[in-house]
Amino acid sequence: MFMRFIYKFSSPPYFYAISGKLLPWLSALFFVLLAYGLYGGLVIAPADYQQGDSFRIIYVHVPAAWMSMFIYVVMAVSGGIGLVWRIKLAEIVSIGSASVGASFTFLALVTGSLWGKPMWGAWWVWDARLTSELVLLFLYLGVIGLYNGIEDKRTASRAVAILALVGVVNIPIIHYSVEWWNTLHQGATVTKLDKPSIHIDMLIPLLVMAGVFKIYYFIVLLLRSRNELLERESNGKWIDELLEKVN
Amino acid sequence: MKQSSLFQALGAVIKRDLLLAYRQRAELINPLAFFVMVITLFPLALGAEIALLKRIAPAIIWVAALLASLMSIDNLFRADYDDGSLELMVMTPHPLSVLVLAKVTAHWLVSSVPLLFIAPLMGLMLHMDSDVIGVLLLTLLLGMPVLSLIGGIAVALTLGLRKGGALLAILVLPLYVPILIFAGGAVDAAMSGLPISGHTSMMCAILFLAITLTPLPTAAALKMSLS
Repeated sequence: MFMRFIYKFSSPPYFYAISGKLLPWLSALFFVLLAYGLYGGLVIAPADYQQGDSFRIIYVHVPAAWMSMFIYVVMAVSGGIGLVWRIKLAEIVSIGSASVGASFTFLALVTGSLWGKPMWGAWWVWDARLTSELVLLFLYLGVIGLYNGIEDKRTASRAVAILALVGVVNIPIIHYSVEWWNTLHQGATVTKLDKPSIHIDMLIPLLVMAGVFKIYYFIVLLLRSRNELLERESNGKWIDELLEKVN
Repeated sequence: MKQSSLFQALGAVIKRDLLLAYRQRAELINPLAFFVMVITLFPLALGAEIALLKRIAPAIIWVAALLASLMSIDNLFRADYDDGSLELMVMTPHPLSVLVLAKVTAHWLVSSVPLLFIAPLMGLMLHMDSDVIGVLLLTLLLGMPVLSLIGGIAVALTLGLRKGGALLAILVLPLYVPILIFAGGAVDAAMSGLPISGHTSMMCAILFLAITLTPLPTAAALKMSLS
């Protein structure tokens, strides 16, 4: 039953039709939640007693950082599914995620350094989290570079899936080694943001923004997958039928 | 025809690769020369202040070793891919991952082990203490095989590409981060007279993990590159 649903959903024409119907609803939800989240974060939430108003970048920074890791896992899992069951859609989702994930990682790094300047007094510190985020960006760049380097897109998808799976095994090792490295070398010199339990008015917009980022990712992923499907299946019969309907 | 056992196959591949390397021994010098030259660049750029060099010598040697390994790893499957013997290896009844392990072992023997003999010399030139040099050698001994094993995955992935070189570095270097951190940590601890067993145990763990796991994606990637 479940597998049948998966097979049905992952057939390109079905996916194309249903994602087309889904997109307007998702976009509407995205804009409503974005407006609420931004208003809640920038206006309603009280200023932090230590950091003043500059803490408000948290509403972009933290969701972006969460997304950067979430998307890597999505990429690896869907790549693995594509590798095992040869589902075309899984391959497309896997590579479609890569550049979105890289963008979110970059966004998290940029907002982090913008935040770091007033808080830590430096644009960049070799803090464990910053460093592992930077390494994550490199991993994304490797995935994107490998995909663009291989001409045959199905082979490229499989190569990317292998690399993403290797990366996903490595990420915890990298993360903990970097954390250990940092505590060994610098100890208490890096001012860690000691977070007191967060105020509820601050927390709700943060969670909303996290949801907003997820929806945004989903929208972009659908758009990219639809494009990629059209490109890869350009000889498919269902695309001819689609074009007839449009004309 | 008699079937060869798994260990025979492993030994045969290692023996063949070593023989091939011996027949082209002029090429063996390249990674070594590269290693020495990169290290030489640092005092030239930094100035010859002894205290400074002593402090950063392990980092310089490790980064140079890492780059030398990256440079030589590109040849891991290249020749076999070009002359078709890689396809024959895929067709043998033995699991490709085991043959991959044999090839990586041979590569490590040929390109990394010689570095272990030059590294102490480089350490002396950079005014390192002799006991710290010992620790540095231990970390190189534990760490270099991991570099070859991880590098093998990326080489296998980029095998069919015309412009694989720069891509290879991008794929591999982020994965080298943990081993570099633990190696640097061990040498640092030794320099300040602290116990190093924590770092070296982690390096051992990573080494065994890499020996067990990395041949599998490498073999998968090789099959993909050949298909």
